[in-house]
Amino acid sequence: MTALANSAGENPRPHQALAHGRVDAMAALRDAGITAAIAFGLFLPLIGFQTTVNGENALILITRWPLLLAVVAAVGIGRLGYSVLLEPRLRQRAMRPIATTPSALRTFVGQWFVPFGIAFVAAYPALVLATVGFSRSVKWIDNFGIQILIYVMLGWGLNIVVGLAGLLDLGYVAFYAVGAYSYALLAKTLDLSFWVLLPISGILASFWGILLGFPVLRLRGDYLAIVTLAFGEIIRLVIINFTALTNGYAGIGGIPRPSFFGIPFNADDNGFAAVFGLPFSPVYRVIFLYYVILALALLTAFVTVRLRRLPVGRAWEALREDEIACRSLGINTTNTKLTAFAMGAMFAGFAGSFFATRQGFISPESFTFLESATILSIVVLGGMGSQVGVAIAAIVMIGGTEIMRDLDFLKKIFGQTFDPTQYRMLIFGFAMVLIMVWRPRGLISTRAPSVVLKERKSISADLVKEGHG
Amino acid sequence: MTEKNESSAAETLLRVEHLTMRFGGLLAIDDLSFDVGEGAITALIGPNGAGKTTVFNCITGFYKPSSGRLALRHGDGTVWNELAMLTDSGARSVTTGNGALFLLERMPDYLVAQRARVARTFQNIRLFPGMTVLENLLVAQHNRLMLASGYTLLGVLGFPSYAHAERSAIDKARDWLDRIGLAARADDPAGDLPYGAQRRLEIARAMCTDPVLLCLDEPAAGLNPRESAELNALLLAIRDEFRIAVLLIEHDMTVVMEISDHIVVLDYGVKIADGVPDAVRNDDKVIAAYLGVAEDQVGEAEAEVGL
Repeated sequence: MTALANSAGENPRPHQALAHGRVDAMAALRDAGITAAIAFGLFLPLIGFQTTVNGENALILITRWPLLLAVVAAVGIGRLGYSVLLEPRLRQRAMRPIATTPSALRTFVGQWFVPFGIAFVAAYPALVLATVGFSRSVKWIDNFGIQILIYVMLGWGLNIVVGLAGLLDLGYVAFYAVGAYSYALLAKTLDLSFWVLLPISGILASFWGILLGFPVLRLRGDYLAIVTLAFGEIIRLVIINFTALTNGYAGIGGIPRPSFFGIPFNADDNGFAAVFGLPFSPVYRVIFLYYVILALALLTAFVTVRLRRLPVGRAWEALREDEIACRSLGINTTNTKLTAFAMGAMFAGFAGSFFATRQGFISPESFTFLESATILSIVVLGGMGSQVGVAIAAIVMIGGTEIMRDLDFLKKIFGQTFDPTQYRMLIFGFAMVLIMVWRPRGLISTRAPSVVLKERKSISADLVKEGHG
Repeated sequence: MTEKNESSAAETLLRVEHLTMRFGGLLAIDDLSFDVGEGAITALIGPNGAGKTTVFNCITGFYKPSSGRLALRHGDGTVWNELAMLTDSGARSVTTGNGALFLLERMPDYLVAQRARVARTFQNIRLFPGMTVLENLLVAQHNRLMLASGYTLLGVLGFPSYAHAERSAIDKARDWLDRIGLAARADDPAGDLPYGAQRRLEIARAMCTDPVLLCLDEPAAGLNPRESAELNALLLAIRDEFRIAVLLIEHDMTVVMEISDHIVVLDYGVKIADGVPDAVRNDDKVIAAYLGVAEDQVGEAEAEVGL
């Protein structure tokens, strides 16, 4: 045994050494050096030089060597830290056999996460009122609660298309826009209530989903992604240029606000506050809107969970796994894809009409590609097909953005001109890189089977396909 | 001669006539005609590249043949009388009181499976690897369950009719799992199964679509002798218990010779032999195609094969 170990020790294979958590110091230093050199090359023109206008209105070049040096050093040290501290651990984790029985804590969290989450979300307005008080609660319920829930709902809607059916849709925001404009235009011209227009907006959006889906869904993979991206842009451009109907860039204002089953939320004598004998406050409307979007989001989740256990949901997942096998089993793949597209579009339409009534004003600015990208990254980060994962990703991404607006103390450190929201995308980029290193298939990547004979086992992400469109 | 044709026509399930498939300049199948008998195992054999899988893809609607007719019957033999009329009418199928007749070359792939009830497996196994074994078998029963769930509407609302249909679908799946010996692994992902089990599962999945004709593309490929013997038993059970016709592409001659009722031999897209196993085994052209001939006999052999 010793002889064997010795002979092996003379010529250790590199991956064996790493597997035991040892680090090749020279290789790590070399790596860090190369990374720093690349960073220097990249950041020399970007950070090292800055052109600015001096007092005589002439363009001058200033150099920022200390800043450049700091950034390059940070990158180099970061890379060194990664290869010395993080990489051996990641490697060890990959070598470790996968535990067949999850730990007790994991089972407990898995069992109680969803009920606890729903209870927390339902009690959230009350918790906010109790902790920050009446006057400051609007911001917390509106900017955090409602905003996050809209994206949770959009994420769950897109999850049907991308996560279950495996169709990469980069133009999802188009259906959100159709829902919002449907509500805005119909409410202003026909004077119908929110509850009548909500299903109509959803139906119109899913109608557009089918209309766009029909020519598009014969494409697969990258081609499908590009064409859906184009369709998203086309709808936005139509909204901008069809000024007679949509008022173009100026947008539509004065969209009817929701009422509490006929009682408006205003300061009048017949307003909500007066009727219920409460002092007037905008909080009531915000709380009402919060529960409306919560109900809509839960409806989305409920319908998706139900659909997964129905033949149509299983056909979506089968389509993601192997389209040709689906056809050999007599499944009409075009119709199946269209239902996924239409269903996803419908929920986007619901969310869009809610968005319109909440804002009271909509314009094409709200429906840019960035929105599609945000929703898609929520789905991808959360783990395609996982409802809980998508909800967590939406909370982190949208909540994170909102929190960054509040980091006033950073101004004390970096000066008054520092605006943390400007660094939002940078931080998202970092978050994405970290997630892709740590969990390449999203936060929750295992798949739960839709039907069980004896024992429920979750399916490892290695076996689940991502879909080819 | 005519009389004999008439009598065998009544037992014919699928009639392949003058099937030709061209890919650009390549003639993959050249004027191929053969019959698949009801409740029989028909083997389609031939050297690599002979066009066997292309024939399968034509029958199952994955390819549209360049020319030829592929007629399949449901019900009794009298529906063959409708063949000429159906061909002229331009329709895909005709239904009479005694059954139905389908022209497969006119149908898209999913309708061949759904309406004409021709099921198939693939040379490179095509299961749904990320779904459980049970889910794989339920996806195969999609169309019946879809109907029971009121095209999803009743199912979402939780109507009991769907729950009932799902239970019977699970029962059927469990029945097949017992039969192929995978009942203990029903809740495991299909991608985790060993190779032989995946092959059996793919056959069970095809059988769950309630086919009248089962097309198997090299079901014994990669199986060890014991698994091969199990496969033979399974295919014979499908033929004898379920009275389902099997069309089989296979290279494993122990499987072919042991269980086939009828063998069609293909070489370079041309049929070179057609008959019972013993006749095919001793056919000179078949021997030449598989084993080759001595150099001085090449010209003679080519003339005989028709090249």
